[in-house]
Amino acid sequence: MKYWIRRTVSIWATVLCIVLWQLMCVVLSIEPFILPSPILVYHSLVQYHEPIMIHAMQTLFTTLVGFAIAVAFGLLLGLAIGVERAVYDGLYPMMIAFNSIPKVAIVPLLVIWFGIGTVPAILTAFLISFFPIVVNVATGLATIEPELQDVLRSLGARKRQIVMRVGIPRSMPYFFASLKVAITLAFIGSVVSESIASNAGIGYLMIAASARFDVALVFAGFVVISVMGVIMYEVTAYAERKFTFWATRANDIVT
Amino acid sequence: MTADTPFIKLDRVSLTYQSRDSSTHALDETDMTISTGEFIAVVGPSGCGKSSLLKLVSGLHPATSGNVVVAGQKVTGPLKISGMAFQNATLLPWRTTLDNVLLPLQIVEPHASRFRKHRDQYEAMAMELLKLVGLDGFETKYPWELSGGMQQRSSLCRALIHEPQMLLLDEPFGALDAFTREELWGVLQKLWMTRKPTVILVTHDLREAVYLSDTVYVMSARPGRIISKTNVALPRPRTLRDTFKPEFIEMAQNLRLQISEGMGV
Repeated sequence: MKYWIRRTVSIWATVLCIVLWQLMCVVLSIEPFILPSPILVYHSLVQYHEPIMIHAMQTLFTTLVGFAIAVAFGLLLGLAIGVERAVYDGLYPMMIAFNSIPKVAIVPLLVIWFGIGTVPAILTAFLISFFPIVVNVATGLATIEPELQDVLRSLGARKRQIVMRVGIPRSMPYFFASLKVAITLAFIGSVVSESIASNAGIGYLMIAASARFDVALVFAGFVVISVMGVIMYEVTAYAERKFTFWATRANDIVT
Repeated sequence: MTADTPFIKLDRVSLTYQSRDSSTHALDETDMTISTGEFIAVVGPSGCGKSSLLKLVSGLHPATSGNVVVAGQKVTGPLKISGMAFQNATLLPWRTTLDNVLLPLQIVEPHASRFRKHRDQYEAMAMELLKLVGLDGFETKYPWELSGGMQQRSSLCRALIHEPQMLLLDEPFGALDAFTREELWGVLQKLWMTRKPTVILVTHDLREAVYLSDTVYVMSARPGRIISKTNVALPRPRTLRDTFKPEFIEMAQNLRLQISEGMGV
């Protein structure tokens, strides 16, 4: 019984929040264009399910393409930075500087270069999500135990061998952990770009809905993005458990 | 090479670590002569340069002055004929015990290029070692499924799998509880008597030094120098029971006094 409650506690907490929200709307009789009740949001989801579906697919598409580019690019750059001190020294300050720029500010620039729509959304998703991947992969590589390096170097191991046999496998838990952060950031990037310059995607849908004071539809957009975010997070978490079970299992034993 | 020619010879070796704003004089004019197949222990106060000695002999760090000669050759870089084990077992958590033991063979030549083709043969070699240390049946387990003592046994197997002529041990049992540690003395003694590598054991534990080695060197506080050399003439194989005998206890006590003198107490 206790186990069953623990497994489903996230569902109960969500249900509780929705119930409180509904109660608050009813008891305080809040206007639907200020804060629509969950039931109104549900009606909106049902009523507009077709356009919502089309826009959701667009957002999912730009997010996943941007995320895929971020994974490939982040992995390669992280490896380069983690392996070669000179690359780290050369690029790290620039990367931090770049990461401090709010990506909202980049979208108009991307529109000038690539026009509105799909391309800026993909690029924004990519630009916002590659940084944690780079940092994590580089950290995994940079923290190889010195004793282990001694064992391998005393055998005449070259740097490339140490990286291949130890560095890369060792950085995989860091890599998969960063994917969980990166995928949710990628959604944010896509939606931000869509709400600034696009005529497709959940971001666009929400901006259009708020222009008509259809706040229930705006909330429906929140729900759709959140659900997609949670599903993609679970997918990356599953990949993490599957490929780096040795890292999480090791922790289980410690705790 | 006969037993008389020294396998390892240190000739007035000094080592100074230079960093930007300080220099540490770790070893001072150290002389040492170790014969082939000899088991020696180096004891001394913390930070006296014991570990530096291992780095010099393995070729991981060059001497500031003096000569290090191993197997008749002046050491100028990693030798590939040494196996190392540390206080921390440093096993790879994504590899099973067997695959951890096999790691050196995937790196050191001539094994690395033959590894894929002759994997069965190499696995048999690893299994033989694992059996010798009492780990048969655990070869498919991951390191995090093993106890600290078992991890250290695997680490010893990994150090020996490529049949190195020289085994360098830096406080390998330092993190273990007393009972496990004493059990592993027996395991290491058995490994040494079977394989007969030349061993340098760095330790803080004087009973461990006397139990395991033919010769115990005592080093002074930094900068480290050899201040005494004690031959342990007790018969082999030694047992835990031997550690309670008067001559054993007396030897350990003498070493303890020498260390205090070396610290200037």
